[in-house]
Amino acid sequence: MIPSVFEYHAPSTVSEALSLLGQYGDGAKLLAGGHSLLPMMKLRFAEPAHLIDLNKIRELSGIREEGGVIKIGAMTSETALIDSALLQKKIPLLVEAASLIADPQVRNRGTIGGDITHGDPGNDHPAITIALDAKFILVGPKGERTVAAGDFFLGTYMTDLQPEEILKEIHIKPFAPKTGSAYCKLKRKTGDFATAAAAVVLQMSGDVVSSARITLTNVGPIALHAQAAEQALVGKPLTDASIAAAAAAAMAICDPAEDLRGNIEYKTAMAGEMTKRAIRLAATRCK
Amino acid sequence: MNSPLNDRKAALMGMGDSRLRKEDARFIQGKGNYVDDIKMPDMVYMDIVRSPVAHARIKKINKEAALAIPGVLAVLTADDLKPLKLHWMPTLAGDVQAVLADEKVHFQMQEVAVVIATERYIAADGVEAVSVEYEELTAVIDPFKALEKGAPVLREDLAGKTEGAHGKRYHHNHIFTWEAGDKAKADVAFSAAEVTVKQDMFYPRVHPCPLETCGCVASFDPVRGELTTFMTSQAPHVVRTVVSLLSGIAESKIRIVSPDIGGGFGNKVPVYPGYVCAIVASIVLGRPVKWIEDRVENISSTGFARDYHMTGELAATKAGKITGLRVNVIADHGAFDSCADPTKFPAGMFHIVSGSYDIPAAYCRVDGVYTNKAPGGVAYRCSFRVTEAVYLIERMVDVLAQDLKMDKAEIRSKNFIRKEQFPYTSAFGFEYDSGDYQGALDKVLNACDYKGLRVEQAAKRADPNSPTLMGIGLVSFTEVVGAGPSKMCDILGVGMFDSCEIRVHPTGSAIARMGTISTGQAHQTTYAQIIATELGLPSEVIQVEEGDTSTAPYGLGTYGSRSTPVAGAAIAMASRKIHAKAKKIAAHLLEVSENDLEWEIDRFKVKGQDAKFKTMKDIAWAAYNKPPAGMEPGLEAVHYYDPPNFTFPFGIYLCVVDIDKATGETKIRRFYALDDCGTRINPMIIEGQIHGGLTEGFAVAMGQQLTFDAQGNIQGNTLMDYFLPTFVETPKWETDFTVTPSPHHPIGAKGVAESPHVGSIPTFTSAVVDAFSHLGVAHMNMPHNAFRVWQQLQASGVKS
Repeated sequence: MIPSVFEYHAPSTVSEALSLLGQYGDGAKLLAGGHSLLPMMKLRFAEPAHLIDLNKIRELSGIREEGGVIKIGAMTSETALIDSALLQKKIPLLVEAASLIADPQVRNRGTIGGDITHGDPGNDHPAITIALDAKFILVGPKGERTVAAGDFFLGTYMTDLQPEEILKEIHIKPFAPKTGSAYCKLKRKTGDFATAAAAVVLQMSGDVVSSARITLTNVGPIALHAQAAEQALVGKPLTDASIAAAAAAAMAICDPAEDLRGNIEYKTAMAGEMTKRAIRLAATRCK
Repeated sequence: MNSPLNDRKAALMGMGDSRLRKEDARFIQGKGNYVDDIKMPDMVYMDIVRSPVAHARIKKINKEAALAIPGVLAVLTADDLKPLKLHWMPTLAGDVQAVLADEKVHFQMQEVAVVIATERYIAADGVEAVSVEYEELTAVIDPFKALEKGAPVLREDLAGKTEGAHGKRYHHNHIFTWEAGDKAKADVAFSAAEVTVKQDMFYPRVHPCPLETCGCVASFDPVRGELTTFMTSQAPHVVRTVVSLLSGIAESKIRIVSPDIGGGFGNKVPVYPGYVCAIVASIVLGRPVKWIEDRVENISSTGFARDYHMTGELAATKAGKITGLRVNVIADHGAFDSCADPTKFPAGMFHIVSGSYDIPAAYCRVDGVYTNKAPGGVAYRCSFRVTEAVYLIERMVDVLAQDLKMDKAEIRSKNFIRKEQFPYTSAFGFEYDSGDYQGALDKVLNACDYKGLRVEQAAKRADPNSPTLMGIGLVSFTEVVGAGPSKMCDILGVGMFDSCEIRVHPTGSAIARMGTISTGQAHQTTYAQIIATELGLPSEVIQVEEGDTSTAPYGLGTYGSRSTPVAGAAIAMASRKIHAKAKKIAAHLLEVSENDLEWEIDRFKVKGQDAKFKTMKDIAWAAYNKPPAGMEPGLEAVHYYDPPNFTFPFGIYLCVVDIDKATGETKIRRFYALDDCGTRINPMIIEGQIHGGLTEGFAVAMGQQLTFDAQGNIQGNTLMDYFLPTFVETPKWETDFTVTPSPHHPIGAKGVAESPHVGSIPTFTSAVVDAFSHLGVAHMNMPHNAFRVWQQLQASGVKS
């Protein structure tokens, strides 16, 4: 558990960080909370020659509402998400999901941006940001560009973030009134990744589901957007049958890898179960 | 007792007092002194090159690139150790173990070479730079396959040896066959039986996983010819003897120190290759060498526990009276038989397997087998192989009850060794010292409203909409601890006594030095309490030291719940020697005959005359100032205690679980643990020990397992996968007790730290299986994690 030699850089502005990235190219890795990168370095699975620590860049942290959009700095810690009165009120799903990540020590250091850009389907924010239809603001030498969460994740540990780019902000629209949401996560113990998890955002019009977003964590090479499951709910009253149909549709797109958490059959079944539970819970919150 | 007497007694904070742990002040302030805290001038660092494969021939080890790194001082391989005859070392079980892989590797993560460097980071770079060429061989992971006719030969160094340390070897991968009990008598019981049941069960390979991993700082002084080694050892005196035998250095010139130890649980009993290599490196370089393993190394290569494939059989009458027991075990010992077994039996005290029951005929057989897995077989928070034994008998009693459609509590009552039968000699020859099993069972059943629980369970089973299955586990275990009587126990020929040296200082404070070593048990607190009560001196002024072989009397260390049963007895006996001398001094000072004196809490007084007395403090002063004519001055004593028998703590545990029909998650709704550890020295510390043991039992039963793939790659060797429960997962524990003192122990104490581990594991299984018992399930193997329980839900057709 001893990393190989690397050089440590601690820029204090985004432009400084970008110029370091430009200078060291493939030999550099960005350090956010470090809870994925540092263990990989200690095991020497990752051996970057240069580590660019983003923790001193103040402009990358913080949560604010601007022009009807909630803007979250990529280096905002999970604990800061959980403690944010703004998020508790306007995007409670993000608060609920962050609370289910690992343990307090990890949440104090771990950041939303690090969680997203690592591209690990076991991380929670990929599914959450897709469910919230978030936009990612990426900044590179040529300026900024915006990518929808749904288009960002390309494969396990592969994202649309280019080697010379940094994720700057996450933009999310606040929930409309009477939106209900839930994140149901099955895990073996505190600190573990999900065996399977489902995020649901629901809006009801009377007894009828008017809109639904359903996404899944850790049951495929990337976070999955269960669109067929959404269609099984929209335009209908919420019944045991429609919930079962949505769960079946969610299970149909699962492609999990077998590991010590369970085999493919179990993980797929749990994705269905978590979907059911999250739909029911979200529905009770549509007030 | 009137109030002044009570006050005097309370002031001693002796036995029965829940005084706070003396150790905690330094631990909670970060002022402990662990091996990795030790820094010595000129110290260098060692790291280990380990095998990436489970079974292979070593073609070549290339050191050059590593030696070229500035700061790398040496790279040692088996070839470098050969001239010293240290490339192999003897194990406690009579086998040999490679210190560094000699021509072959036998398990993944085996030690192949060591790199010594001026800095820890450089040592790691050196490890990466050593390249080893392997020719891979077929790995054998399953012990049953290891015993097949054409199985690869794992231990080529034993080729042609048909006799091992424990008798005949019938196959090249076979280590020993060990039998206990009376086979013929048991066979008769089975052929005459009205009912028989049989059950296969696997007790998985687990790891004790202490928070502090293993390590040492070895420092050889070439000028004085003296070796000092600080190490994470539960048995420093034994290590000193082993090091002396291996190195040829006189035992008097070797000092082994176990400083603060961050948990042992059996994992820190063996002598590991890392220690030996660090010592050799220090001798070669003439500088202190530090080696501290990381978590992956600790879980992957150091002493595992269990890995027993067991088959149990019970013969019984239709009314549920057990008439016979047969047990057959295939024991997977890994690549070398280095199990840390302090008894004369290769399966330790597995023959306690008749449990708390009066079984007239019993027989067990254990066959040890080599596989391409890490060696070990340590007693993980238990006496050696007792956890496996208790698991087997408790499971079998449940299996029999289910077969007979009899209640779990009822069948136990029917078969208990009754109170009036003690001392009771079991069919395997153990003499159980004392117990009251029925009294304890009744107490637990009443406390938990057992009948009410069964009513609730029946209602849940009848309700198809119930989201959970409810299970009730019940276990009535007996442990055997306090190794042990020298007729049954030894380590490398040294008897399993333990020792205590007490010196009372002139002003009435004292120091006690012990052959044991606390790994968290709070010996400094509880040992002082025994002396306080025995000698009438306040425990606050009694210092307890242990772990340094240069200052402590020889002892066999701490494991198998032996500290209180053995060392605790040595303390009482040494105290009584001092007490006897003190009485003579008191008689002299009071100018009366010894027969005219009586002892009262902290003083000798002239019988019937409260005002004529000498306190122990007065006597201590006199011992150094004006002892009676002809008596040598001073007030001290040493005692080496060879126990006449083991002690037999017992308990009744009840557990209620609710299993989620959809996810397979098991919620421990209630866990009630009644323990009888005999005389209780510090109730608060006992409570803490029980909480810790129950939590480790919960970990084993519900989540811990070291698994391997077909190539012998170890799975889940980090704390991400290996289950160490945090307080979030840990159930709430309810504890209770009865007190049945040991009749042969000087203070009646039996030992407690391991009972909750031994007793709780089958309780969890009993509860989980009970949830499925109405569906015809009689047994489920551990761990009962959500995935595995879900598979049973599917197999049993349970709909969520």
